[in-house]
Order: sequence, then C-alpha cells, then structure tokens
Amino acid sequence: MTVIGKRVQRLEDGPLVTGQGRYVANLSFADQLHMRVVRAGYAHGELKAVDASIALALPGVVAVWTATDVHDVPPIEFRPTRVQGLEPYRQPILASQVVRYVGEPVAVVFAENSRLAEDAAELVTMDVSALPPRLDAEASDVEPTVLRKEYGDLDRAFKSADALVSLELSVGRHSGVPLECRGALARVNPESGILELHGATKRPHANRNLIARMLHLDPARVHLFQGHIGGGFGVRGELYPEDFLACLGAIRLGRPVKWIEDRRENLLACNQSREQRHRVTAAVDNAGHILGMQDEFFHDQGAYVRTHGARVADMTAGMLPGMYRIPAYRAIAHYRLTNKTPAATYRAPGRFEATFVMERMMDAIAKRLNMDRVEVRRLNLIAKEEMPYTRPMQVLETELILDSGDYATLLAKAQHAFGWDGVCRDVEARRAAGESVGAGLALFVEKSGLGPTDLASIELLEDGQIEVVTGAASLGQGVETVIAQICADAIGIDYKCIRVVHGRTDRIREGFGSHASRTTVMTGAAANNAALALRARILEAVQGRHDLPMEILEIRNGEVIRTDVEERVTTLADLAKTAKFEAEGEFKSTHMTYPYGAHLAVVSVDRETGGVRVLRYFVAYDIGRAINPMLVEGQIQGGVAQGIGGALYEEFLYDEIGQPLSVTLADYLIPTAKEVPPIEVLITEDAPNPSNPLGVKGAGEAGINAVGAAIASAIDDALSGDVFVTRLPVTPVQLKRELNCKIGTS
Amino acid sequence: MSRVALTVNGERHVIDVEPRCTLADALREQCAKPGTNVGCEHGVCGTCTVLLDGEPVRSCLLFAVQLEGKSIRTVEGLAPHGTLHEMQRAFMEHHALQCGYCTPGFLLLGVWCVENNPGATDEELRELVASNLCRCTGYQNIVRAIRSVLDGAK
Repeated sequence: MTVIGKRVQRLEDGPLVTGQGRYVANLSFADQLHMRVVRAGYAHGELKAVDASIALALPGVVAVWTATDVHDVPPIEFRPTRVQGLEPYRQPILASQVVRYVGEPVAVVFAENSRLAEDAAELVTMDVSALPPRLDAEASDVEPTVLRKEYGDLDRAFKSADALVSLELSVGRHSGVPLECRGALARVNPESGILELHGATKRPHANRNLIARMLHLDPARVHLFQGHIGGGFGVRGELYPEDFLACLGAIRLGRPVKWIEDRRENLLACNQSREQRHRVTAAVDNAGHILGMQDEFFHDQGAYVRTHGARVADMTAGMLPGMYRIPAYRAIAHYRLTNKTPAATYRAPGRFEATFVMERMMDAIAKRLNMDRVEVRRLNLIAKEEMPYTRPMQVLETELILDSGDYATLLAKAQHAFGWDGVCRDVEARRAAGESVGAGLALFVEKSGLGPTDLASIELLEDGQIEVVTGAASLGQGVETVIAQICADAIGIDYKCIRVVHGRTDRIREGFGSHASRTTVMTGAAANNAALALRARILEAVQGRHDLPMEILEIRNGEVIRTDVEERVTTLADLAKTAKFEAEGEFKSTHMTYPYGAHLAVVSVDRETGGVRVLRYFVAYDIGRAINPMLVEGQIQGGVAQGIGGALYEEFLYDEIGQPLSVTLADYLIPTAKEVPPIEVLITEDAPNPSNPLGVKGAGEAGINAVGAAIASAIDDALSGDVFVTRLPVTPVQLKRELNCKIGTS
Repeated sequence: MSRVALTVNGERHVIDVEPRCTLADALREQCAKPGTNVGCEHGVCGTCTVLLDGEPVRSCLLFAVQLEGKSIRTVEGLAPHGTLHEMQRAFMEHHALQCGYCTPGFLLLGVWCVENNPGATDEELRELVASNLCRCTGYQNIVRAIRSVLDGAK
C-alpha cells in the first residue's frame, strides 16, 4: 500500500484548527523583556544625533541602544557568492551617521512590557538632516554590481534578423506579506548557557552560524528553534537587524527578549521584492523563430544589500529564456540601490519578473508577425528529444541544465484541459457583442531542489512510532506530511506513525532549510535514504533472530511479515523494546531540477473604470512526481492568489520624498476571495527528475510564476489590442489612462 | 486600569485592563486564549475575528473596556471537550489551511454561517469568506470546507 501520490490529510492541522499554534507571539519565557525598534522617518538623511534620555527615564525601561552601543557587531552578511562589489552596502543592525530608508532601525528599546516599550520608543528623538533621496533605480548613481550572462553570437543574430522587436517592461515593488508579522524570542538558557532564538527559521543551520559569527559566539553555543510560522514566501526566516538585536539584548541584559513587530513595521522593514525595469529586444525571422535576445534591466534593490546578495537579479537573468530555444542571449542586470526598503526574494524570485518579460515578448512577436500567440510559442519550444538541455550559462552559480521536460506535450494538455480554442472563440464572440473579455496564456520553467546536500536521521521509538529528524524548516506548506508519506512508503508503516522534526539545530548537525522549492526534493530524498536504511537494519535484525531468509521478509503496517506463509513475525513496537534502531540518510545534488508549466486565464475589463476581473484561472504543471497532489494543488492555488495580487493590486508606493505610502493593509491590497476565482489545476508527471530517487521536482513557486504574464496577455486580448500591457500591477488608474490615450490618438 | 467582566467560551473572566487594551490582546494575554491571532491590528485582515454575542467582529478594533457583560466565542471554544467541531474537521478534510495563521478567524466565520445562514448561496458564501484575508490557500478550499458543512446541515 503506497501512500506516495495519495491525497492524505495533513499531520500539521490538529493544533492549527484548535488555536494551539506555537507562533512566536504565543511563546514566552518568565521575566522576559520586550523590544521595540525606533525607526527612521526619513528616506535619506544625515543622522546627527539620537536622544534617548526621556525614554530612559520612563520607569520600566531597561535599556535604549543606538549604533554606538552595537559598534562591535558587523553589518549583516549575505550568502557566499562569486558576485563582487556588494560588501560595502550591507545593512548595519542600527543605522549610524546616515539613514537610508524610512523604517531603518536607528535605536532599540528594551522594557518590562510591550506597551511600555512602544511608549518609550515614541520618546526617542533623532536629529536628521534630510538628503535628496534616490527613488528610481535607473537614475540611481549607486550600482554595487552589474551581472552579465551571455552566450551565442548575438551580433550575428541581430544582423540576420527579419525583425527586431523591442519592449520596455516593468514590474512594481511588492512582496510576500505573510499574515503573521515577524517576531523573535531570544534567551540565554539558564541551565546550558546556550543562546536560543525561537521563531521563524527558514534556514536554521545557516542562520545559527551567521548569528554566531556576527555576535562572536561559538556556533555550538547557539541554537534555533522553530514553532509554527504564519507564512514564509521567501521573506520570513531570513535574518534581519531585529533578530540580532533581540539576541544581543538577551546576552547583554541577561533576560529573555521578545520582539513582535506590528503590521506597519512589517510593511516598512520586511524584505520587499520584484521592482525591475527591462529593455528587451528579440531578433526574429519571418517564420517566428527567435534568433537572439538581449535584455538590459535595472533592479531596484532598495537601501541595502540583504542576505540574498544579488540572487534575484541573477535568477531573473538566468531564467528569462524559459522554455525556448534561444540561440544567442545576453542579459545585463544593473543592481542598483535606492532609498526604499531593501529587497530580497519573494516566492518565484526573479522568475515572476522574467516570465513577465519573456511572455510579453512572445505576445509582442506574435503581434508584430501577425501570428497566433500559441503558435509562436510552440515554434520556439525546446523539444523533448533535446533534454537534458544545457544553456551555456549559470543560475545561482550552478550550471543551467534543464534536466527533463516535454514542453509541447504540457502545452497541448493545458490547451485541451482548459478548452483554449473554445474559450478563444467564446471571448471573441463576446467582444463582438460589446464585452471586453479576453484570454491569455503564459509558459514558464521553474527551478527547484537547490543543493548542495541534505541530511536526515531516523529512529524507531519505543512505542513503535518513527521519528525523522530533518534539517528542513516548515513555513506552513506541509513538510511534516510529505516527509512522513515518503518515509512511510520506504519503511512500510502508516504515515500517521511518523513524527517529523524540523527547524531544530540542536537535533541535527546539518541542514539547509526550506526555500527555493527544495524541501521535498532534497530533504525528501535524504529522508527516503534514511528510511530505507532503517528498514534494512530492522529486517537484518529479524532475519538474524528468526533465522529467516531476507527475501521473504517485509514490513507492512508496522509489522514484519514473512511473505511465504503470510504470517506476522514481530511488530516494530516489539522490536523497539529489544534494541535501538536508527539510521541516517543523505542526499547530494549539484544541479537544480526544472519543473515547468502553463498558466491560462480569462479576464474582463471595465472600460469605464479600468478595473480588471479574473473570471477563470488554470494552471498546468509538470512536477515529475507528486507526493501529495492535494498539497501540490494547495501550493499552486495559493501562489496564483498571490500572483493575482502582484498582477493587479499589490504595490509598495513611495512619494516624491521617499515616504512609503503602502503602510497598512488598506493601502497594500492583498486579494480577497472576491478577487480570486476558483483556480483549476492540472498536475502532470511526464518528466520525472532523473537525478532523484523519488523523481520529484518542487511545487512551491509554480502558482505565482506566470500570473503577471498570463493576466497581461488576457488584458491585451480583452481590449482587442487597444492596449499592450507593459507594467505590473495593472491598476485601474493606469489602464484607464492608457485607454484614454488610445481614444485621444485614434 | 478598568475592571471588566466578560464571558469567554462560557467561562466568566474578570480582568483589569488599560483603556487602550484591545479585545484581541485581552483575550490573548489576560484570558489565556492565545488562539486568536492578530494580523494587522487595523481591522483589514480579519485574522483576529471572534464572535461577540454571536456576531463576527474584529477583536483588534474593539477595546476590552467596551465589553462589560458581553459574551465572546474564540477558536478555543469550538472543541471544548476535545471533540472537534464539524467546521474544524471540514477544514482539515478540504485542506483549507496551510500556515494556519488566518484559520481561527475563518473557522469562526464558517461557524457563524452555519448557525445563522445555513442556506447561504455560493455568492453569499464568497462574500462572507472575502471578509478575511488568507495568504496561503487562494480561498477555494476554505469556501469548499464551509460549503461541505452547510450542505451537511441541510
């Protein structure tokens, strides 16, 4: 009885539906202090003085620190990278001399309770002399680095082209905005003397090591503990100034420190993402073949380089060619700083942007050559026979080898399941009758399963249950269930008998966390190896004790069965009483694995208001192998909802002096159930991951990847070509302006 | 400080609160009901939804001092003796939660619907679910879960 591939219920849900979630705000230690951060109110300015005297005089305020108090802590490191030039632009944990964005931590208050800490923070004053802010990446004179990726003879491609198609495209600034704001609870364990950080830990071991390095501690004396997390999406669980301040507070003040941010702070200080402006040109022949493509873009990193370094720009440049055979390619990414909240990864980082650019280009080529949108895409698809397909460049400093895929089949299946031809006829008829409805599509390649390695240890517990300890983290996506399903199949036991541990640096020596759609691929494979090793150990023991040949022994439902007579030999629970059974499993991977899919949408546009409604949304996705299709669908549906936000509603806006305008959820518009239609999902398993024993590819980012591109395509169609969408989000104001311009010029 | 007596999930609580203390904070910190999560504290996301005298409210927008003598239901009150409410079971069966942070609020919206508008149309149900924000699920499994309980109640 296999449980892989089954839509089984999650193991995580019990505490979450009964109000017993261990979110960081729900955790406390006796005698804890509360921390509140004092933030800059200017986008750019010289910080001349900070006065905390009135705040310090407030009864119950224990300490107020400014930059001078933390001068021994270096600026926050980014992940190791070959990209040069980023170091000078790292963020200090408290600003000194210059403030560079509204919301930048300038001082920190520690007090007896959270209300007092807030009151005291209000009383800290700063003397700032305003400087002109940089608010546009293209105009910014601060460029830490330029990334270049290039292959093929682009000059020849451009010279031999029948047509050059050029576009200027941009994506607005938006981000993950999990429903739980950030938080941290730090203490020095009074018994062990170990520094503990409780809260979100997307990369537990790496974060532990970074905290130790920055605070000059032995990594063995620091441990991270993960409870429940109210959504990750790339932004949560990275290390921010506040995490170090909470740890430092606990060490220096000798009491636990709790920090819970409010929503305004979250929208000011948590990683933002996406904002880029692209100038892209494709060289094509008259038949619609792409001969070469160049993309020069400006990446608005905001005020500082954060923990991801230049990865978003790198992935944009590397993933842009998507499913297409592009013989010559050049990407030039200008990584620039502005006086906005710093940026980093948000679900499908670089790919939401890149797919928008690539798929807008396919629509523009179709328009220019008067070809069908699907046909021009099909013509350029990399064929199944060409797999594995090496693109002679790197992404995330690994060779870009598309490991497996049958793109044409996926496109055909998507068209068929969605009823593309019929939908196109239908919307055309409705447009003829006066409606503004249209259909759009976008194709994309995802990346997943980022290495380099993962480890799992597994043990048969005394009650006959199994405990698997992983180096993964849970961000709400269902890690425990998926890992349990994998181990259950490998061993031969009910998945409900498997307990999965994650987010604990004290339980396993190494781990790479949960990000980049890697957990099922990497941790899943390591857990599978560990579980197979445990099974072998158990069967060897039974074989020895009962003198039975190995070939007739099997574990089913937690019982060891001799298959020749179909009789029970013993149970795992009984075996557990006789000896300790444990094993480890490892999985290594030097290349990522590349799932792929298609998004198809129908939208209507109100020409009076410029408002767009998504009427239908469909995603086809080849995942190699789905461990739990219900969870894969959930990932995709949730991703689409976020993508609709980025395509139509969500944007961090700044005024002309750099004051953020999107500081409440009434300004930063997250889609509700009224904006998100039922999302149809087709999961296919045509192209398993060839280098993974389970065949799996990642699921987390497929839902969001192509939403901007597909909705843009559908809006163009709905407006019968009166508008060509070049910017996300497509707001009513913007669309109305473009429609008015069109009326004015026609 | 002001003294307020209120009933939470059938238990009487007498608490001393600052005038600025919200109902959400009072429930979490003084009534030992931390299951009510807060998402925005300005009334948009609905994460902190509880039932006040049977009606859904955002507990971040009410001050505890306003609630003398009122009766409140939180997520902890849905399974008082460990037996899950049918709405909780439906959320699990239909994968209507991922990170679970918004779940208590949506559960209470669903329970309100079953008790007050069991014949809700699909449009009314979408409208109801649109009261709150979820960042993980894309909503349709939440709609489906509540619908399954409504259908079962017919």
